[in-house]
Amino acid sequence: MEIVALQVLNSLFYAAVLFLIAAGLSLIFGVMGIVNMAHGSFYALGAYITAWAVAAAAPAIPAAALFVLLFVGALGVAAIGLAIEPTLIRPFYRRPEEYQLLVTFGLLLVLEDLIRLVWGGTPRTASTLVDSLGLIQIGGLPYPVYNLVMIGVGVAAAAALWAFIYRTKFGVLLRATAQDRRMAAALGINVERIYILAFGLGCFMAGLAGAIVVPTQAAVLGMGVEVLVIAFVVVVIGGLGSLEGALVGALVVSALRTITIQFWEEFELAALYLIAAIVLLIRPTGLFGRKG
Amino acid sequence: MSRRQLGAAALVLIALALVPVLASTYQTQLLTYGLTLAIAALGFNLLLGYTGLLSFGHSAYFGAGAYAVALMMRYSGIASMELFILGGVLASAALAALFGIVCVRHTRIFFAILTLALSQVLWTLAYKFFWITGGTDGLRVPFAKLTLLGGLVSADAFDKFVNAYYYYVLAVFCVCVALMWLIVHSPFGKTLQAIRDNETRARFLGVRIWRYRWLAFLVSGIFTGLAGILWVPLNGLTTPDVLYWPQSGKIVFFAVLGGFRNFTGPIVGAVIFNYLEVYAIAATEYWQLALGVVLIVLVTFLPAGIVGTAQRLAARSR
Amino acid sequence: MTLLRTEALKKHFGQTRAVDGVDFIVNQGEFLSLVGTNGAGKTTLVNLISAFLAPDSGRVFIGDRDITTASVHERIRAGIARSFQLVNLFDDLTVLDNVALAIFARERKTQRILAVAERDTAVTREASELLAAFGLAAKAAAPARGLAQGERKLLDVAVAYALRPKLLFLDEPTSGVSTRDKAQIMDTVSAVVRGGGITAVVIEHDMDVVFKYSDRVVVMHEGRFLADGPPEAIRRNSEVAKHLLGTDV
Repeated sequence: MEIVALQVLNSLFYAAVLFLIAAGLSLIFGVMGIVNMAHGSFYALGAYITAWAVAAAAPAIPAAALFVLLFVGALGVAAIGLAIEPTLIRPFYRRPEEYQLLVTFGLLLVLEDLIRLVWGGTPRTASTLVDSLGLIQIGGLPYPVYNLVMIGVGVAAAAALWAFIYRTKFGVLLRATAQDRRMAAALGINVERIYILAFGLGCFMAGLAGAIVVPTQAAVLGMGVEVLVIAFVVVVIGGLGSLEGALVGALVVSALRTITIQFWEEFELAALYLIAAIVLLIRPTGLFGRKG
Repeated sequence: MSRRQLGAAALVLIALALVPVLASTYQTQLLTYGLTLAIAALGFNLLLGYTGLLSFGHSAYFGAGAYAVALMMRYSGIASMELFILGGVLASAALAALFGIVCVRHTRIFFAILTLALSQVLWTLAYKFFWITGGTDGLRVPFAKLTLLGGLVSADAFDKFVNAYYYYVLAVFCVCVALMWLIVHSPFGKTLQAIRDNETRARFLGVRIWRYRWLAFLVSGIFTGLAGILWVPLNGLTTPDVLYWPQSGKIVFFAVLGGFRNFTGPIVGAVIFNYLEVYAIAATEYWQLALGVVLIVLVTFLPAGIVGTAQRLAARSR
Repeated sequence: MTLLRTEALKKHFGQTRAVDGVDFIVNQGEFLSLVGTNGAGKTTLVNLISAFLAPDSGRVFIGDRDITTASVHERIRAGIARSFQLVNLFDDLTVLDNVALAIFARERKTQRILAVAERDTAVTREASELLAAFGLAAKAAAPARGLAQGERKLLDVAVAYALRPKLLFLDEPTSGVSTRDKAQIMDTVSAVVRGGGITAVVIEHDMDVVFKYSDRVVVMHEGRFLADGPPEAIRRNSEVAKHLLGTDV
């Protein structure tokens, strides 16, 4: 019974991470109509930057202050995103979709190798953060408090994002642009600014996901692509371009993953894709997807 | 085909036939890799260039061909290249037929994601069922009996094998190019291009879109599978890497490098890419970075690829 | 003789009654114009008949055969072809290939995978003749993308015509072209279509064109038929004048 409780918590932690990544992917697609193949690499960047910052700062500052560094990772990735959108992505909005996919694929190749260039092949960790919060007894079994806190961060991030998109003026502009770019431009909305901010926000969330993960498991090469493929499953199940979909998709996928790892480890990914394929066959736009 | 094109093709063929005579064993071997990959590129481009579907999962069919050969050798001791081709083509065709049913219901992004996802499933299966596939160690295919070119040529007579195998691959390559040329110029091929240009209108000519996309998917998978089959004895080993996404990425790269709105583009792209990869790996550890930069520059500034751009320049200078 | 018949055909989009219980009859051999203001339901009606949209209720018959649930593919086999309001071509194929493709589709040759399309002399010849009839012979080898607007309109009709349907729907074949091109397009289209013995239903806004070329005119207004008769009768119809000539032309 306690094992089940821990598995549920693990699953929720993983869901929080997946939601951040998938929601960013979905946001960028929903607003800009671009599927960012390099999105997983932004997640990896977030993990590496955080691990690097924690390692550099750990001897100098108290453990509690290290938590600020999670945001350093996320903001660093957001800054990179803000630089990339106008230079690399912007020339592609009017071009066929193949080219948009190809340019972000090129970006993925570059980022994956840049990570290797900067941080090398050895795994990077930031476990100080987990250690600093210690363990809690759940039904007699120890569980890291860090994971519980981060589940809370995930919930808070989801709520903040929802409020941002549905309750602020910027959110209205964002949704208007997502509905119809040309109409938005005709109404005097600065579409370029919306795009760059949406891209930056998406990158921030991917970076935050990486930052949250890296204290619990080491940042390794290839983690970006691995998560990209799973994030695709999340958005395919939930519906590309939908925040509710990203949330439900993340919960479904992480639960499914926890179960298959427990009972049928070889088929972990296969089971995920099978579900995604079935959803696509029954509801081509996903559970919460819009048409088009 | 115009007389000039036929003449050019004949010249290229003669030049290719002379390579083992004039060049070193190493260079011959390199070009054999290039020609093998070109067959995969031809198959891939039937989908991207002619049907308008971007697959990020063609590693699946390449790997299906490669693993079919390796498993045949490991479990039934088969060594005949002709049987390899037969078995490998059947395996990749079966896989493409199955995956195709799922994928061709979608276009654009969803198609790209689905093809990527399905290929990753195959990769994890090859990785995790190590007692069958050898896991990360892979499966060895040290030699193949080239029935058409006589006798068993094993690793002992390495030079002889390389040359014989080169001609074998060249012959298959020529057949593939001719076949694909016929396919894209056939009523079927024109129908695919029509679907690419305007799906709705094609539907209102009475064309059943899914059926044609599925057939294109199948043919594309078979060509790519054939490339995997030919690649294994050359490489001597197949590992899960051939099923992994970077392999699909490479195949995409071939087409973009040469130009995918162009029949010869992907062929040229594959051969050039092969040299780039070999020499870039030798020159730098970070060749994937270089590759990414090249890809971004290509799609930003030279979307027609090498062949397309060359043709445009030639047309302008005339 | 009745070629096509609809029974109480209905399609609503939310509050909009695009097509609101229409009984439409097309007789064999006529050249019929479907007119009405924007939003009167003309294109929706054609979309329902060609299976581009599914009706909310009502039935469609071709001859005695109920094709209400038939797919696009089946309706084309039953002899219904259409063109589109916004020109819909295969832009990267040549002009000749655009037409040849329709012929291949009609002859069920599109699955031939190992034969060079151009070598099919029967199809190539028919396509060339058709292009000549539509005045596009000089452009045969050019990609469709490069055509002028009037030529695109003609090619669009030619592609639909190449299916040799019993019934051809043309959705605004002259929209977006100059007055002079309009006359030329309609002269060509009506000559070829009548010459081929094909029944045609044309959606058209320009009442001069309508009165000059049609055998019969059907006027739609807010999803229903307002008037139906020969051009002279429609010209004298005061209801039509109020709703159509007064506002739109």
